[in-house]
Amino acid sequence: MKEIICITCPKGCHLKVDEESFTVTGNACPRGAVYGANELRNPVRVVTSTVVVEGPQRRLPVKTDRPIPKGKMFEVMEEIAKVRITGPVKVGDVLIPNVAGTEGNVVATKNLP
Amino acid sequence: MKHYDLVVIGGGPAGLAAALAAYEQGIGNILILERDNQAGGILNQCIHNGFGLHRFKEELTGPEYAGRFIELVKQTDIEVRTDTMVLELDENRVLHTVSPQHGYEAIQAGAVILAMGCRERTRGAISIPGARCSGIFTAGAAQRFLNMEGYMVGKRVVILGSGDIGLIMARRMTLEGAKVLACVELMPYSGGLTRNIVQCLNDFDIPLYLSHTVTDIRGKNRLEQVVVSQVDEKRNPIPGTEMVFDCDTLLLSVGLLPENELSRQAGVEIDPRTNGPVVWENRECSIPGVFACGNVLHVHDLVDYVSAESEQAGKAAAAYLQGLRPEGPEIRLKNGNGVGYTVPQRFHKGAESLEIFFRVRAIYKNAAIRVMDGEAQIARFKREHMAPGEMETVKLPKVLLDRVKGDSLTVEIEESTVGDGSPVPQA
Repeated sequence: MKEIICITCPKGCHLKVDEESFTVTGNACPRGAVYGANELRNPVRVVTSTVVVEGPQRRLPVKTDRPIPKGKMFEVMEEIAKVRITGPVKVGDVLIPNVAGTEGNVVATKNLP
Repeated sequence: MKHYDLVVIGGGPAGLAAALAAYEQGIGNILILERDNQAGGILNQCIHNGFGLHRFKEELTGPEYAGRFIELVKQTDIEVRTDTMVLELDENRVLHTVSPQHGYEAIQAGAVILAMGCRERTRGAISIPGARCSGIFTAGAAQRFLNMEGYMVGKRVVILGSGDIGLIMARRMTLEGAKVLACVELMPYSGGLTRNIVQCLNDFDIPLYLSHTVTDIRGKNRLEQVVVSQVDEKRNPIPGTEMVFDCDTLLLSVGLLPENELSRQAGVEIDPRTNGPVVWENRECSIPGVFACGNVLHVHDLVDYVSAESEQAGKAAAAYLQGLRPEGPEIRLKNGNGVGYTVPQRFHKGAESLEIFFRVRAIYKNAAIRVMDGEAQIARFKREHMAPGEMETVKLPKVLLDRVKGDSLTVEIEESTVGDGSPVPQA
């Protein structure tokens, strides 16, 4: 049994995950069961950052539209650092498709006029 | 003098939700005053995800969460005035404002909602000794520099305080290429959400030193070193435990204070425990027609709760403007064993139901929350885990409120008699 804290939501359930069957106990919702099993097999995270705006607003916040493998976080950051945009951009617009081969896309999280 | 039915001070998540709720109740003439150049408040710099799971059943970033409310406000007649500072609010609900567009202007409000949020405690507030060099920032200031202005504030970082902003910034600075050497916490437990300890510190192998604090700051122009010492149970540094970190940046995440200069000036009664206004169950302050919600009232962990509370205040302000007043004798809420504060601090006995928000003073396992009417227990709620960093809430239905005999209720923690007991000692 491995004890981990669920990070799916701010509640932070204290999960117990079986290392062989990946069954999860201590979760208050189904998302916790998925998180607990994944965290032992292939931990994933959503990466959030900003991209450079060539304009007065300076920065536009972005995120990966799905959790990407934890080990790929810094590769994703390097891809995000290369982006230069001018706008207009809408929330949800894809700025980098399939970032670092993760199948996740980097999308805008704010409108840029 | 220009008149609005409702003036909301602050265009962050609290102000936006309160204004929308009042609008939905039929109040047409609403003005939101915001001192920044855009609405959204602190959410604009909180680019990380984790917002909105309660509210929207999905995980949003701060700008996305704010964006949803901003879009809703745009579809209404609510007027949002940015770049506008409220200089003074008086007891007759006159607001003295100043802005580049309108210059100085006095505005008469039928009702006022205080939604100014909170601000960070600074180095001065916690009196850290040492040199007065550059490189010392509050975590939120560094967050704004990095996420909105596009400046990295340093390369080798120590973070004092394990509040959520500090933890979030530990991850953010690391992802942007800085080396975060340590997160140092005075208390024997973290002040932040456990999920943030996991995903912001553990993910990047950043050590968390509990029961430690910064005891010296060294540096001529820019910060060069901080000294960290262990503290005893009375939070006094223990000589001989000093660790020296070579760093150029110290981020402070040492607590938030509701920003109530305007409220105090207007004569609103302030609760010294929350540093926010004393409110009734409808979030009305001691001055009739003045309401408060969000972090100006008490510091919340989750914006979802801010939105919910603000809608309550917005509805109540609308009811006030429509001539409806809550009825029933006053019942005070008192803090019993283990309870740091409650919001609201008082309620009308005729209330439909009562949701009490509070914080515990220590970490508890397998404990219970009891609501006492004098010597009689009127409600008991079991909790597996409670911590000061996580706001607690209990809801009392009308049937229970109707049975209250005294003029006060006490909220207290019943410590565990089974299992591992409580409070839990921390390493």
